[in-house]
Amino acid sequence: MRRFWPRFASQRAGLAAAGYVIVLTLVMLALEVIPGSDPRAITSEVMLPPSAAHLLGTDELGRDVLLGILHGIRVSLTVGFAAALGATLIGVFIGAVAGFYGGILDLACMRLSELFQVVPSFILAAVIVALSGPGLPQVVAVISLLGWPQVARLMRAEVMRIKHLEFVDAVRCLGARETRILMGEIVPNALAPALAAGTLIVGHAILLEAGLSFFGLSSADIISWGRMLNSGQRFLFNAWWLSVFPGSAIFLTVLAFNLLGDALGSALNPRAAGIK
Amino acid sequence: MTAPLLDIRDVSKTFRRSRTELVHAIRSVNLAVAAGETIALVGESGSGKSTLGRIALGLLNPDRGSVLVEGRSFSALGGPELRRLRTTMQPIFQDASAALNPRRSTRQHLLQALAVRNAAIEPEAIALLESVGLRPGADYLERFPHELSGGQRQRLTIARALAPQPRLIVADEPLSGADVSIRGQILNLLLEIKRAHRIAYLFITHDISVARAFSDRVAVMMQGEIVEAGPTERVLEEPEHAYTRRLLAVSAGFRLGGSKELV
Amino acid sequence: MSSAILDMSDLTLSYTTLGRKLRALQGVSLSVGEGEAVGLVGESGSGKSTVARAALGLTPAGIAHIEAGCIRINGRDVTHLSEDAWATLRGHPIAIVFQDPLSFLNPVMRVSRQIAESVERHTPELAVAPRVRELLERVKLSASCAASYPHELSGGMRQRVLLAMAIACRPKLLIADEPTTALDVTTQAEILALLEELRVGLNMALLLISHDLGLVASACERIYVMYAGRTIEWGPTARVFGAPAHPYSEGLLHAAQTDRDRDGRFITIGGDPPDLTRIGAGCAFAPRCGYAMAACTEAMPEPIASAESSGHMVRCWRYAQRSLVMPAGGRVERP
Repeated sequence: MRRFWPRFASQRAGLAAAGYVIVLTLVMLALEVIPGSDPRAITSEVMLPPSAAHLLGTDELGRDVLLGILHGIRVSLTVGFAAALGATLIGVFIGAVAGFYGGILDLACMRLSELFQVVPSFILAAVIVALSGPGLPQVVAVISLLGWPQVARLMRAEVMRIKHLEFVDAVRCLGARETRILMGEIVPNALAPALAAGTLIVGHAILLEAGLSFFGLSSADIISWGRMLNSGQRFLFNAWWLSVFPGSAIFLTVLAFNLLGDALGSALNPRAAGIK
Repeated sequence: MTAPLLDIRDVSKTFRRSRTELVHAIRSVNLAVAAGETIALVGESGSGKSTLGRIALGLLNPDRGSVLVEGRSFSALGGPELRRLRTTMQPIFQDASAALNPRRSTRQHLLQALAVRNAAIEPEAIALLESVGLRPGADYLERFPHELSGGQRQRLTIARALAPQPRLIVADEPLSGADVSIRGQILNLLLEIKRAHRIAYLFITHDISVARAFSDRVAVMMQGEIVEAGPTERVLEEPEHAYTRRLLAVSAGFRLGGSKELV
Repeated sequence: MSSAILDMSDLTLSYTTLGRKLRALQGVSLSVGEGEAVGLVGESGSGKSTVARAALGLTPAGIAHIEAGCIRINGRDVTHLSEDAWATLRGHPIAIVFQDPLSFLNPVMRVSRQIAESVERHTPELAVAPRVRELLERVKLSASCAASYPHELSGGMRQRVLLAMAIACRPKLLIADEPTTALDVTTQAEILALLEELRVGLNMALLLISHDLGLVASACERIYVMYAGRTIEWGPTARVFGAPAHPYSEGLLHAAQTDRDRDGRFITIGGDPPDLTRIGAGCAFAPRCGYAMAACTEAMPEPIASAESSGHMVRCWRYAQRSLVMPAGGRVERP
């Protein structure tokens, strides 16, 4: 672990991304505690471009865009994290079991993962939403189901590599049970690449949620950046601020998580820094 | 005659490399190790010596034949009994860094090993560390494998192997990963342990000169079979098999002071 | 020596990464003349691999910095050469083979094709097919082996392929960095014999780098012993190994021969290999040296000639002062 921080800190992009994510989280938490102004408040100040009073302008119902973006953080981060967590949990479990036990179990898991990888994500999302109605839990479920194969593959590859290392045999000679070996010795050492992949899923989740909202497939009373884009696209040429700001928010956040995932991956990779 | 500590009887093992290719790693091997005896298993890569080592430790099941430890066969035992029997024999591997869990400290490694005989307490761990030359033991407890030098890591694996008080140690190329200058240190340590605890050794190596220095008996392996076996002195002074002679000739050719033409 | 193909004088090179500085080489002086067989012996941290890479400008850019000294190839100063200029020097006059042939061979290309590529790149004026055949003959690789893929060949055969690719460039000097370490003992002997044949047959110098003393002793006329990034003893092989002047060389010799002392314990060098991030001003071997004196920790001694001279040099305060006589071998039992 001690080698992790210098390596991570030496990647400026990753650090900036981490800082951005922390700021977002703090804002989100702050808004939970301090209600502030209501982003849904409809006013008569309609379609105003960015000004001193409304830093990012207002939309067709007089709602402040900046407030909308700040409150939209909640949806994006929540969906992002929940989906990534779900995908990572499923992926780590299946990958570890497939990699360790091999044989038919491995075959079955891999075929299953391929099944989920082949399905086009947006179509599946749209279908599920159409069947079960819009809502954040549905979106989270869909993304978890679509994201776990990537994580599983990485986990499986690491587990397969580690299970042949001598320290595993050494613990076996100490009389440990196979499941104990998998959970106690192998999994903790195999997690790193899978976790890095999990971080990348956050970005993917945010994009998917935004896409669903954009197509009007999400719940109307949830404030999300995608939904703002959906409303704003009609006015693309008259009121550019309604599309540009939510769009930028999505772009920056997804970029930040991707950079974070990359930096995590490099920092956790012991072969990265090599001298000799 | 008392039963040997480890009795490998007519063991064969085959691996499937691909759908069409079989590798006969071991063919009908017989090997017995008596209590307190040191046997060197000498061979080059592909000879099957490492596979035999793992079969001896109970980590691999032979396709044919049986492995008896103190008279009990591995294959006859169920789960918990099998696991308990495995603790009578401990491994020392070639690559000390792969032989240690990178996320566990020295203390955790040793306590895990000491738990086998319900002695998972710190004073025991410290005593073990000092017995393998890591002094003062307390200083090493909190260190992780990457904070130890190669020689120190190897010593730690030796300490771990000693913790459950095994009767046999299977050492698979324990010197090959270490620098030449520290090999003597590790050899001396292994010798000391042998004298102090009367532990039997199955010493697997490709270096016949180490076998000469360390063991009571030598078995030479080639392509899965033991081609020659016997007391060390006899095998190395009067080898009978052509392969043994070839191995000896090649290592002698590298002996310093034996560099003729270029002197 | 102006006739030297490779001449390093007083070379100091360090690696800087993540804020830490590692002194890989300090004041290393080494030369290889035409047709010579020179050996470089050392363990981990000795810097021997760095020497091999520095000789061809293969040290990692941005991390490796040459702080002092110079490297000359055929008299030309190449210490701070650009990457483009290095490209003209690699292969000819200096070629290199490394320890693990598999990492240097294209896994999806037949071996003969890879040798042919080497021929095309370095000697475009020659007809490819006959030259490839000639090279295969020199390294004793059969035609059926040549038509195989790298993973189908044994370690020894792969090393022969690398050698064929290296000599395709008609090098004046071949640097072999641990060429046989990954190979079986019997194969090692074959490859060594091949190297000697090539050296003599092609009038090519050989710089053989290894931690295996026996290997180097049987193949090289002159030898350098390195420790912690410095050359601490060098000279004719027979002198350096016959009567080692430096305590490290002496200890290494005993360790390599698994010699025992009168109590039956193996003669060994105590302590651990050096930490290159923490090398002080004095001799890096001092902490492990049985004969260390006060002077040893203060400064690194200059090279002095040994008693019988003949080019045998050593950097050791004790030897300089001759204050202790080395045990003449009576203490040592050969097994």
